[in-house]
Amino acid sequence: MSPADSQQHIESFRKQILEAAQSKTPLSIEGGGTKAWYGNPNSFSKLSTKAYSGILDYQPEELVITACAGTLLKEIERVLSEKNQMLAFEPPHFGEGATLGGVIAAGLAGPARISVGNLRDFVLGARIMDGKGQDLSFGGKVMKNVAGYDVSRLMPGSLGTLALILEASVKVLPKPAASTSIRCQMTQAAALQSLNESAGQPLPLSASCWIGKNQADSFGELTIRLAGAEAAVYAAKISLCSSLNAKELDTKEAEAFWSNLREQQLPDFTSLAADETLYRLALPAACGSLELNNMSDDIILEWHGQERWLKGLSDDATFNALKKIASAHGGHAMRFRQGSNVNPANQRFTQLSEQSHSLALEPIQTRLRASFDPSGVFATHRLP
Amino acid sequence: MVAPPPDLAIISALQTKLVAALRPILPEDGLLWEPEDTIPYECDGLAAYRRMPLAVALPETEAQVAQILKICHAMNIPVVPRGSGTGLSGGAMPISQGLVLSLAKLKKIVSIDPFTRTAVVQPGVRNLAISEAVAHLGLYYAPDPSSQIACSIGGNVNENSGGVHCLKYGLTLHNVLRVRAVLMNGEIVEFGGLAPDAPGLDLMSVMIGSEGMLAVVTEVTVKLVPKPKLARVIMASFDDIEKGGNAVAAIIAAGIIPAGLEMMDKATTRAVEEFVHAGYDLDAEAILLCESDGTPEEVAEEIERMTEVLKKAGASGIQISRDEAERLKFWSGRKNAFPAAGRLAADYYCMDGTIPRRHIATLLKRIQGMEKKYGLGCLNVFHAGDGNMHPLILFNGADQDEWHRAEDFGSEILEACVELGGTITGEHGVGIEKINTMCIQFGEGERESFWGVKNAFDPDKLLNPDKAIPTLNRCAEYGRMRVSKGILPHPELERF
Repeated sequence: MSPADSQQHIESFRKQILEAAQSKTPLSIEGGGTKAWYGNPNSFSKLSTKAYSGILDYQPEELVITACAGTLLKEIERVLSEKNQMLAFEPPHFGEGATLGGVIAAGLAGPARISVGNLRDFVLGARIMDGKGQDLSFGGKVMKNVAGYDVSRLMPGSLGTLALILEASVKVLPKPAASTSIRCQMTQAAALQSLNESAGQPLPLSASCWIGKNQADSFGELTIRLAGAEAAVYAAKISLCSSLNAKELDTKEAEAFWSNLREQQLPDFTSLAADETLYRLALPAACGSLELNNMSDDIILEWHGQERWLKGLSDDATFNALKKIASAHGGHAMRFRQGSNVNPANQRFTQLSEQSHSLALEPIQTRLRASFDPSGVFATHRLP
Repeated sequence: MVAPPPDLAIISALQTKLVAALRPILPEDGLLWEPEDTIPYECDGLAAYRRMPLAVALPETEAQVAQILKICHAMNIPVVPRGSGTGLSGGAMPISQGLVLSLAKLKKIVSIDPFTRTAVVQPGVRNLAISEAVAHLGLYYAPDPSSQIACSIGGNVNENSGGVHCLKYGLTLHNVLRVRAVLMNGEIVEFGGLAPDAPGLDLMSVMIGSEGMLAVVTEVTVKLVPKPKLARVIMASFDDIEKGGNAVAAIIAAGIIPAGLEMMDKATTRAVEEFVHAGYDLDAEAILLCESDGTPEEVAEEIERMTEVLKKAGASGIQISRDEAERLKFWSGRKNAFPAAGRLAADYYCMDGTIPRRHIATLLKRIQGMEKKYGLGCLNVFHAGDGNMHPLILFNGADQDEWHRAEDFGSEILEACVELGGTITGEHGVGIEKINTMCIQFGEGERESFWGVKNAFDPDKLLNPDKAIPTLNRCAEYGRMRVSKGILPHPELERF
């Protein structure tokens, strides 16, 4: 994209934002629209970033890529792959049109999050437009940058409720030299115990997934991915296959499994009934198997058990019960995806006011939003 | 730097009032106000900037921290939080009409959980003490700033500290799960949590690295990582600084993320060799230390690959540590570069800019030119893997002219870092030292946004208020010295 074209896009965003500020009408930011179902719904006018697309800078030896918000995620991944690099947090696409801006705004990470860190950890800098139409740059393109508050890392997971992401610089990593996956049968309790014990060892654990019925003693299928130096992966495979009585998966089968898990294309995800909700629990590592009522028996555990997916009734009583259970263990719950017949106006997230230690953060969040967006241009409530 | 003389009568009255308010809530030795007691707190690790506070409070509990803040909030007295005082940018320099809140007595390791690989620690716990406390479990805390023997985890949170190993293991932000803190009004809050994410906006990302301006840290939950089974280091010599700089980029481009990747220039190598006798190649223009850690198999594989890359990049000599003693010997010079600089000059000024790796050689050459321009020597020792440069400018602090030249030299280096696509501070923070150079890296809109963040947490601007984020007037003053092509920066502002 030429500087003139870029400037034209920026000016058009500014115009739209200033008009919205003037008329006090919020704008809902949209990239490829692949995650429109995620977060609280709204029916405000769209501000589309789709046309603001293009990789602006990519230096493989710097491990940083900078691109416009509307750049297709698959395009970024293709360019990185040519240099044997990747977005290590493995963002889910949830559709062909997924864009970089959308990925950052959603803040979601894939199976490798447990080993490499969250999406936020990889954001080095961002160019944003605030609710006053100001074109602002925070962070940078280098690994270490402690000048000023880390505003660019406020963007991940903000769902477009703070500012418009124009461009972002993201840290990338070399693809691991070797990767393999192993699978075994074990109970949920044994899987959680074993995964946490292994994580305390210098083993190249990259991802884990346990799928089964939600009873502590019910056997399910545990799949573990190992990635890193060839010698380390080989040694860990031999050791874990022996201790867990596991078998190595065929490469293609393994790749398909992790991709389907990331994109929620495994049967347990795709069979969501019209009147059901897919709940996500985020929990501390110490959290064992949980007793959950009013839920389907099927459960998927990712991130060594720190992320759990389950389906259940869509009513508030069920959600409140899940929030209470998660909170008692130091975590939180969300309505991740709702069936087509479920009330779309449902609150999807645990709110700050529902957690005693977060109560004082609510006014801070409100003031922060007001400072970036005094006229409420981005007050779409997609995130409470 | 000399602060303008304060009004002593006002200060004395304020001090009497503050001491009377704080005495009932603190133990007898928990409040200092006599000059002979407070003088050790007049500066942090950046001794060039000093100021005496009204008083120093040393609470022992979170409840006392909350009470102190409530009282100061009610009295409208600014508070400067302080950890071990090892900061290098004046972030804990007192305010003459303010209180220094030392967290040094909150130094308990609250709990260690080997199963979840976490430790809960109070802010005054030393960085290295965490790793020492969990060593028997085969775990450690990865971020390792050079001052790790003395610096505290609360200070690390405030500065988002890194170190030699952060290229592979990340900064404080990447290794902290939860921060418990007290707001200026005395309210207790928690950022993050033990779960992989927390509800709402990710406020922990602005809390970490906030230089004590948003809230006072009272407890930190850190991630622990398994101790690698083995570490080995390659010491490579280069007869040309540019070749050395390019070798850094070549290693990363080859898909290797070393556990540490550090560089020293010739002047540094010579200075440290006299000090540590590590057997460095004194003819080399640059020496690169590349560490690999992991299982013995991983290390062998990575050392072999890095050796190949270094040879291709034109290394004139390569030595690989054969055992732990030799590995430590190779590192001894890098670790002792600062004291070695102290032997060469009465004072040295440590800078902290970060640039893209590919510009390392460019910056080093520019610094050579600046040495001539300012008539001062400079040693270059730095975290090459992440482009974090630490030029050590040598000067004599007793000579005011030399100090001013050193300051200007430092500013020019930081301006060059920004021009090359980098930043004015990689790991030391802005504090009071780089507050002017913030005006170069950030424009008016960004600075206004920073103030918005500050106001969201601390609407009365009482927590460490004069640090890190410059006011518009300050930037106009700083910019006035650099009128370019006749265009005055911020012409809308009154000049004074």
